[in-house]
Amino acid sequence: MDVVNQLQRQFIDNSASLHREGFLDDQFTQLQKLQDENSPDFVVEVASLFFEDCEKLINNMSRALEQQQGVDFKQVDASVHQLKGSSSSIGAVRVKNICVAFRSFCEAQNREGCLRCLQQVTHEYSLLKNKLQTLFRLEKQILAAGGSIPGVE
Amino acid sequence: MASENDASSSSSSKKLGEDQVNNNKNLNVLVVDDDPLIRMLHDTYLKHFGLEPQVAENGKKAIDLFRLGTSFDLVLMDKEMPIMNGVEATKALRAMGVTSKIVGVTSRGSPCEMQAFMEAGLNYCFEKPLTLDMITFVLKDFNKGDDDDDDTDN
Repeated sequence: MDVVNQLQRQFIDNSASLHREGFLDDQFTQLQKLQDENSPDFVVEVASLFFEDCEKLINNMSRALEQQQGVDFKQVDASVHQLKGSSSSIGAVRVKNICVAFRSFCEAQNREGCLRCLQQVTHEYSLLKNKLQTLFRLEKQILAAGGSIPGVE
Repeated sequence: MASENDASSSSSSKKLGEDQVNNNKNLNVLVVDDDPLIRMLHDTYLKHFGLEPQVAENGKKAIDLFRLGTSFDLVLMDKEMPIMNGVEATKALRAMGVTSKIVGVTSRGSPCEMQAFMEAGLNYCFEKPLTLDMITFVLKDFNKGDDDDDDTDN
């Protein structure tokens, strides 16, 4: 089988599974549609910004929840709110859903609940980052082999 | 001239955007949001429609731009921002006599919060994430004066 065809098949399969397993929703598809000759790296750039955001916000939440003198739940909530905003803007639906639950625990000032959500959000973000980086690698390989990226349905 | 195909399908929104490009080149747009990811996203969305938006990180910076004499036809205003949030900024702009179209964009979707934001003086309020369809809708407003005849198919 042609190398380009194989890579394209892998790309389609990876993409489909990201959607099927609920990692990404239609918002991500909209972003892919925005990518063109004028902004050929748009999706990678948006994803990178999102990963940076995640890391910074997860660190903030972690530090806030570790405070021995008493957790400032408003501060935690502010970070969760921001993460919810960025994740829904990129279509990272699993991360966003955890943020929704996370905010309830902040409101209830439930430290255990917050810590559990923090763990889940960290896990989901890592999974998504891995899968997206694989997808982007496949894109690069397809282009390097002279192929084109399969259209977004 | 294609008329029936692009009535409702969002997959043709790209084509719709391209049609709008020529109508929108003269519109001045300001994106106000503290999140660089959102600023980048909205900036790219708007460029897709042929617009070159300016950006501001918070409400105070947006107001400063207006005070300097820059005028904008359209402002995309985030609600939650440090230093000065979207509600305060919108109220201040209206108090200054600004008549630009101000569109609120918020992560908080509760009806009460959106209502409060609207009451500050918005023209529209959308929940994040902003989509191409929402922008198309807002930009249509600017073309309404010329295009009344084209709406018969809707």
